[in-house]
Amino acid sequence: MSVASETVDWLTDSANWSGDEGIPHRLLEHVYYTGLAVGIAALVAVPLGLWIGHTGRFRNVAILVTGSMRALPTLGVLSLVAIYSGIGLTAPLVALIVLAIPPLLAGAYSGIESVDPRTVDAARAMGMTEWQVLLRVEVPLALPLLVGGVRSAVLQVVATATVAAYISLGGLGRYLIDGLAIRDYPQMLGGSVLVIGLALVLDGVFASIQHLALGERSRVEAARRT
Amino acid sequence: MIEFTSVSKTFPDGTQAVEDFSLVLPSRTTTVFVGSSGCGKTTLLRMVNRMVEPTSGSIAIDDADIASRNPVELRRSIGYVMQHAGLLPHRKVIDNVATVLLLNGVPKKEAHRRSAEMMEIVGLDPSLAGRYPSQLSGGQQQRVGVARGLVTDPNILLMDEPFGAVDPIVRAELQQELLRLQRDLDKTIVFVTHDIDEAFLLGDQVVILQKGGRIAQVGSPADILAKPANDFVRNFVGLDRGKRTLRIQQHEGRSIVVDETGKATGVLAE
Repeated sequence: MSVASETVDWLTDSANWSGDEGIPHRLLEHVYYTGLAVGIAALVAVPLGLWIGHTGRFRNVAILVTGSMRALPTLGVLSLVAIYSGIGLTAPLVALIVLAIPPLLAGAYSGIESVDPRTVDAARAMGMTEWQVLLRVEVPLALPLLVGGVRSAVLQVVATATVAAYISLGGLGRYLIDGLAIRDYPQMLGGSVLVIGLALVLDGVFASIQHLALGERSRVEAARRT
Repeated sequence: MIEFTSVSKTFPDGTQAVEDFSLVLPSRTTTVFVGSSGCGKTTLLRMVNRMVEPTSGSIAIDDADIASRNPVELRRSIGYVMQHAGLLPHRKVIDNVATVLLLNGVPKKEAHRRSAEMMEIVGLDPSLAGRYPSQLSGGQQQRVGVARGLVTDPNILLMDEPFGAVDPIVRAELQQELLRLQRDLDKTIVFVTHDIDEAFLLGDQVVILQKGGRIAQVGSPADILAKPANDFVRNFVGLDRGKRTLRIQQHEGRSIVVDETGKATGVLAE
């Protein structure tokens, strides 16, 4: 039997679809790691990015720092943190947060920067406070790029969250690590297919959210352009 | 009444936009700042609602120094109309007009009612209320900008080249509309333009500016034409090119007005 058909067998084997080591549970774990990492990263990166975009300050620092963050090897960060924190959720979370911050930060500040300065000037001249300018004008207009940043962060994190299994945690990475240990290639391939499938589904979801973020106004504009 | 006293503005990059500018803008009249780009006219306008802070000197509205007023509240009390309308692209026309009312805490229903009223006053079809700014023509957007500036019934209206970006026919229409509005509403209008014809048409008081916000001449259009202060003014208003030096010629029994080159520009009313 070929690896391909064995993979299909593995994926369709009902035994693999139940219990703590079953696919649904691993899938949930994977989504949980992804959500937690992107969520924490967003708490840090989005307000910071909005502030950088609004004030125009420290933009170069942000580009420099996020650039070097992107260059960090995830596995290296994971191992390094694991040495200090031991086996647990901390190490993979830190590694994934490091991965998620650059696209989130870039999405936030480039979103704000994309807003026509004349619109912002007008809002201020109307008598909006700085907070009102940010929340009622800049953020709504930056939303498509902001969501784009989240989309790109989710995609990278969901694909990389497999590293959690590297230090004995769950998630879809388990199938890759466990399969490799016993040379069970159908299991490894099945795990990969699941990760890819999950990534595609999430990307589709965020593409729809991004479209919604454009709002009625842009659908109108798009309709006019065609 | 708006009073500038020895106002100067130097921007952080060292540009001296305005130097020792003093002037009184009487209430319920239109004062037009006119000059070429870089003469500081927009800077002067934006100092009235503290969008630009003077480096030195003071500005008073009805004898109260605006430096002591909260900039946000000050701006909400002054209408502002800018070039390119500056509408919020993600909000419908009616919400754009209602912006300042809503900021001032007027209930939404009441704000929309007053905004619809104001749209009618500036000559906008009510059916446009639910559209987005991008669905409007340039002239319509500019009318929305004027409606937004007037909806709170402010005493002062600042207009920064509001008709600069629309075509000549629409511009003429909007100018007439503004004259009509001003007859009804009696606002203190500060208007900025680089177009001397527009300045003479709209201004009760016309301020011709040279570089650095230096006043070349202040006066009514008739004052300026009758007694241009210097060559700069003579040149700026077109007196040296013969365009404004008109003579009367008899033709077919009517009095025809011709310019220096003999081109007919109009006819005297009988």
